[in-house]
Amino acid sequence: MTAGFRSAGVPAAAGEGARGRRRNWTVALRDRLTSLVPPGQLLPDRQPVYVASWIYVFGVLTLSALTVVLISGAWLAVGGATWWHVSSLGRFVNSLHLWSVEFFFAFMVIHLWGKFWMAAWRGRRALTWISGVVAFVLSIATAFTGYLSQSNFDAQWISTQAKDGLNAVGLGAWFNVLNPGQMLLWHVVLLPFAVGVLTVVHLVLVRRHGVVPPLDADGGD
Amino acid sequence: MTMAAAPAVPAGAGSYLHWGVISISTTNLLIIVAMVVLFVLAILLPFPGADEAPPPRHEDLS
Repeated sequence: MTAGFRSAGVPAAAGEGARGRRRNWTVALRDRLTSLVPPGQLLPDRQPVYVASWIYVFGVLTLSALTVVLISGAWLAVGGATWWHVSSLGRFVNSLHLWSVEFFFAFMVIHLWGKFWMAAWRGRRALTWISGVVAFVLSIATAFTGYLSQSNFDAQWISTQAKDGLNAVGLGAWFNVLNPGQMLLWHVVLLPFAVGVLTVVHLVLVRRHGVVPPLDADGGD
Repeated sequence: MTMAAAPAVPAGAGSYLHWGVISISTTNLLIIVAMVVLFVLAILLPFPGADEAPPPRHEDLS
């Protein structure tokens, strides 16, 4: 029994060092995760004093709005297009989805302004900055496919206006804005998954490197 | 099948502001202005309880 546990990469006794462990993918992944965000830093209960500023609030506001976006979007997916066009509750959830997206983008852009002007890529935080930028671009694409998935005249108008530009850059074969089924699947599966993964990566990097200090803070860079 | 009641005539396009090649709806301009105001207030307004926060430990700044 013990041998079976050992072959799975679990130390036979507590406190056994890395020298006594087998090197398999389970151990390698566990070591990687542990080194990525050291214990205690994933959900810290205290922050540096400079974080006590309203400008540091907009990151978590963006995350909160994204949560409402995802919940209301899942609700719309359950109800379907006829429901969100006709029923009172469906229209309410549709509006909730729209307005949470509006707040999501407003908070995210203010968060971006704040981080840009405090040069938040300082102190080995370049990947944190880049992951945020990519998440922002993917969010725009997600919002765009959302406009195309409304199943109304707005969606038709926007798709016909956008098709020439996307065809001109060679994307039309894989990203056909005149195909509402394809746009709906991009909107509810592929792009939200990508935004979700980028958001998790962004947050893990923030936790790993800490919140960037202001430019005039001591020892910040 | 009964179609849902929908306005036969779409709502107006709203008001737009033009400066040369730049054209923007009044609504979008007001939203951008509101975001800028929010950004400035976030920098200027004091954060509640900021004065009572303990000084950062050395490892916080690493």
